[in-house]
Amino acid sequence: MDAFTQLDFFDTEDQYSEEECMVRDAVRSWVGDRFLPVIAEHFENGTFPSDLIPELAELGVFGPTVPAEYGGAGLNNVSYGLICQELERGDSGLRSFVSVQGSLVMFPILAFGSEEQKSEWLPRLACAEVIGCFGLTEPDFGSNPGGMLTTARRDGDDWILNGRKMWITNGTVSQVAIVWARAEEGIRGFVVPTDLPGFSAPEQKHKWSLRASITSELVLEDVRVPDSMRLPDAVGLKAPLKCLSSARFGIAWGGLGAAYACFDEALSYSKQRIVFDKPLAGFQLAQKKLVDMATEITKGQLLALRLGRLKDEGKVTPNQISMAKRNNVHMALEVARTCRDMLGANGISLEYQVGRHMLNLESVITYEGTHDIHTLAVGHGLTDLPAYR
Amino acid sequence: MNIIACIKRVPTTDAEVRFKADASGLETEGLPYMISFYDEIALEQAVLTKEALGGEVTALSLGPASGSKEIRECLAKGADKAVILTDDEWMSSDCRATAKRLAAAIGELDAQLVFMGRVATDRDNAAVGPMCATYLGWACVSGVIEMECGEDKGTAKVETENGIETVEFSLPAVITCNKGLNTPRYAGLKGIMAAKKKPLEEQAPAEADGQAVLSTVSAPPARPEGRIVGTGAEAVPALIDALRNEAQVL
Repeated sequence: MDAFTQLDFFDTEDQYSEEECMVRDAVRSWVGDRFLPVIAEHFENGTFPSDLIPELAELGVFGPTVPAEYGGAGLNNVSYGLICQELERGDSGLRSFVSVQGSLVMFPILAFGSEEQKSEWLPRLACAEVIGCFGLTEPDFGSNPGGMLTTARRDGDDWILNGRKMWITNGTVSQVAIVWARAEEGIRGFVVPTDLPGFSAPEQKHKWSLRASITSELVLEDVRVPDSMRLPDAVGLKAPLKCLSSARFGIAWGGLGAAYACFDEALSYSKQRIVFDKPLAGFQLAQKKLVDMATEITKGQLLALRLGRLKDEGKVTPNQISMAKRNNVHMALEVARTCRDMLGANGISLEYQVGRHMLNLESVITYEGTHDIHTLAVGHGLTDLPAYR
Repeated sequence: MNIIACIKRVPTTDAEVRFKADASGLETEGLPYMISFYDEIALEQAVLTKEALGGEVTALSLGPASGSKEIRECLAKGADKAVILTDDEWMSSDCRATAKRLAAAIGELDAQLVFMGRVATDRDNAAVGPMCATYLGWACVSGVIEMECGEDKGTAKVETENGIETVEFSLPAVITCNKGLNTPRYAGLKGIMAAKKKPLEEQAPAEADGQAVLSTVSAPPARPEGRIVGTGAEAVPALIDALRNEAQVL
């Protein structure tokens, strides 16, 4: 594999601080040295490279924006975005693993948890002694989580949880689950150890996307949890939606990473591949594809950078995150498809990255708010007229 | 123990090298840099030694003030402080001048053990380490692939063409590090944050006198394109003929 060169057509390098560049470069090196050599085999076998989890923890990618007192690195949001970008250059499954641990498990504990919950869980999640998952989506309630059927019933000082969650990343390998359930008072969140009686997490197999990522159901059958496991400040559907906003922010950057990987591979391939006695890149059709892709990637790059700066200034809105996730993942999927096409038959081989990214991105465009739902969210923001129903 | 890792900032190995229009040197505008490959090993060995014996690691570099990114990387990877001997003409400092200036700084830092890369990946001289030890009057072991070190002496293994030599040395010493000595760690994200709070001092280097001066650079002559004489076993006679009669190497 040729050395990776990131497209930077508009010279954005000097828009990042030295520290942000160091963070990006550290993760980029790790992905290149340790992850890319093994990912194709894991993708083919449908396994996650679990042996690399301690190295990821050592690198510090789990909850990097969490304050140091809870085991995080206290980085800014642009750095977190760059981490997601570099991880997804490796594989969307890798970025998903890290997104879930950081944005969907550590974030809700930090944002909505009690001091005891933060002290108990965050340092262990940061060093990956504990792996977590996030249970919101249900078999019949994806885009409309407010319709969830999972219930939390009060029983003295305890709660009894019942229901089923689906499409849960890391479920089978988690020691703790953030479970969202409907109580009489409204939607509430719980920090649930997965070894409690009545909790099971069967793996969902036979996927052709995110194959190097564990996806599971969560089954809750009369799972009894004390009130101390409830997230005290998580009140209503807004709480899980805030978690998703945090994860979607990372996905907007992650999409860029996948697009960079595909573009770099297709550019390099098309300059080396000889067809009709000259390089493929020397033909007008190929150049149009390359230029269109470079333009869209550059636009996505500038969008992500501005999004990150807004988040670091505390000014970002959920709709801005929706627009960035919607645009960048769609862009990445289109880039992956085009690159797959440019590589011809080689594009369907796992010897190359483009096919794997293309398959993964079909999930990424669907999870954390589908492309269409983000369209409606931004449309709602622009018109003040909700068009969901 | 005061331990020093000497670090050189070099162009990245995949950088596209261009020359200045007047052929007076490399065009450095926009040139990407990295820590020289063997110096990464030296830094790691310095940090491992500190972790085993205690003490403090200083990353020492001769370079421009703008070279702080590479030096901060050293702080993120475990060095406790850094000193840059600032010289915007650092690239043209020859081996002797570099060794002399590093030795002067090492003397000031009261170090007992200095690690350097076996060779810098830009100039390929492999000279600064031994020269520096000579200036200091210290023991020097070059191209180390394995070592153990105590408070006042150590042993090191060096790979030679004929086998592996094991040598004993007393401190203070300069050790130049070869591939295989260790696996350099990644700069962890917590380390990157911690690096911001570690001291990075800029110092004027000692005078560089009597240096060899680079006058011009030019690209190597272009090599003729390769030729495929055929494929498989049938191509062997044509290949032997070309090697014998054209290249005249058989």
